[in-house]
Amino acid sequence: MCGIVGLLVKNQKMRDSIGELMLPMLIGMTERGPDSAGLAMFGAPVAADSRKFSLYSGVADFNWTKLGHDFEKHLSIKAKIEPKANHAVLTTTLSPATVKIWLKEHYPALHLLSVGQLMDIYKDVGTPAQVADRYDFKNFKGTHLVGHTRMATESAVTPAHAHPFTAGEDWCLVHNGSLSNANSLRRKLQKEGIEFETDNDTEAACRFLQWRMREGDDLETALNHGFEELDGFYTLLMGTSNQLALVRDPFGCKPAIIAEHDDYVAIASEFRSLAHLPDIKNAKVFEPSPKEMYVWKL
Amino acid sequence: METLIVETLKYDLDVTPLREVNQFLHGDASGLNGKAIVIDNPNGAHNIAVGLKAELDVTIKGHAGYYAAGMNQIAKVTIEGSAGSGVAENMMSGHVHVKGFASNAAGATANGGLLVIDGDAGLRCAIALKGADVVVGGSVGSFSAFMAQAGNFVILGDAGEGLGDSIYEAKIFVRGKVKSLGADCEEKTTSAEDRKILANLLVRSGHADVNPDSFQQYGSARTLYHFHVDNAGAY
Repeated sequence: MCGIVGLLVKNQKMRDSIGELMLPMLIGMTERGPDSAGLAMFGAPVAADSRKFSLYSGVADFNWTKLGHDFEKHLSIKAKIEPKANHAVLTTTLSPATVKIWLKEHYPALHLLSVGQLMDIYKDVGTPAQVADRYDFKNFKGTHLVGHTRMATESAVTPAHAHPFTAGEDWCLVHNGSLSNANSLRRKLQKEGIEFETDNDTEAACRFLQWRMREGDDLETALNHGFEELDGFYTLLMGTSNQLALVRDPFGCKPAIIAEHDDYVAIASEFRSLAHLPDIKNAKVFEPSPKEMYVWKL
Repeated sequence: METLIVETLKYDLDVTPLREVNQFLHGDASGLNGKAIVIDNPNGAHNIAVGLKAELDVTIKGHAGYYAAGMNQIAKVTIEGSAGSGVAENMMSGHVHVKGFASNAAGATANGGLLVIDGDAGLRCAIALKGADVVVGGSVGSFSAFMAQAGNFVILGDAGEGLGDSIYEAKIFVRGKVKSLGADCEEKTTSAEDRKILANLLVRSGHADVNPDSFQQYGSARTLYHFHVDNAGAY
């Protein structure tokens, strides 16, 4: 099954409470995805010359302070490390390539979840309520977000297999459905030099779009190629620095419902996750058509 | 069917668990006949008012989740918002009215009764219809009326791809455009008898002002009913 949620807050005053607005959305999708949950949050940007790196450690009591010190000492540069349980956000002016090499050399067991100026990613195993509580989703502030609750059907239940996945800076994707040609896609993309971190089918879809965009496609063209190449069921919700985008497979096998309001745009697998939103009675609620692309900009 | 209302009861799903409401609705018919039930704050819950079998008049004051009013018998169920997948699925008799839009597989396999959807319906509407009447005020998605066996399916808007694929004896009436017809589904000339069926359904679904002559009828070409040697290569 799996559940997806997305929220883009247009009313500036409500952006400080985006976490609070989102929490019942994510918890509302517990029955659709009780085994893991994840959230990509687009918040205030870091300085123009900096980037943030969302890191995940499998170990609960990981020493993030030491990592911060090691990073500054080895690379002779200032960095900021903000730990939250077994996740941390590292902010630095160094290039992603340099950071990746350093991490691989000194902390090979760590997962790099995302790179960007706005986006932080948190994902872990547990019920949506447990995961939200662990990382304090409720107090998150920002402009827009993409969330996911997972019921695994095709690969293992681990934090790395949880959604969202990323395919570039400030770019993420969540998926409800299953792909039947994920393995052949992966083999094809590996030949193109695309690296994979898991055997998850969603990652194959994500890397496919990453590859298309690397080849010069814009998001819409990449998704049109996706309609031809992705075989299976999917509702895909994507987040970029300033927009949310949604597509459903041509057979409309997986659900989605949208609420457009003057203050916000909210997306979920089912209305259950939207019912609590403020003034929802006056929102335009509708079901997106299959094989059509929906985009909302900030 | 007009139910004579003798008593109105209100339930609020923010207060009373849905299971309790449904169990009440499944009680002895003699104690339920003639009751009107109003369900507040449905908030997209699944399985609201499924399996009713008494002369009840149920009003759901908002959006319903999956399978609302599924397997309905006799009762009248009105959903004032939208309905999730499988609304009135396998209905046997009675009347289900969705004032908003309906998601996929609305009225799937319904044997009898009338399903009225004022807005659009999603994909696979009236799939495997077995005798019920379905009237959609808006448009329907692709693969609607797939393998529909009996009953009448009225679409005031447009139809998506593959309408009536492998259809048996159900009758389809479309006022708008059809993106494509499925295998073995073809245009039909509307007989006086079928026009009467259509006119009657338009009146009963609140579309008395719509001209029955503005519809194109579709049905089975009956070429898939039996094995034909010319098709052997296709197997």
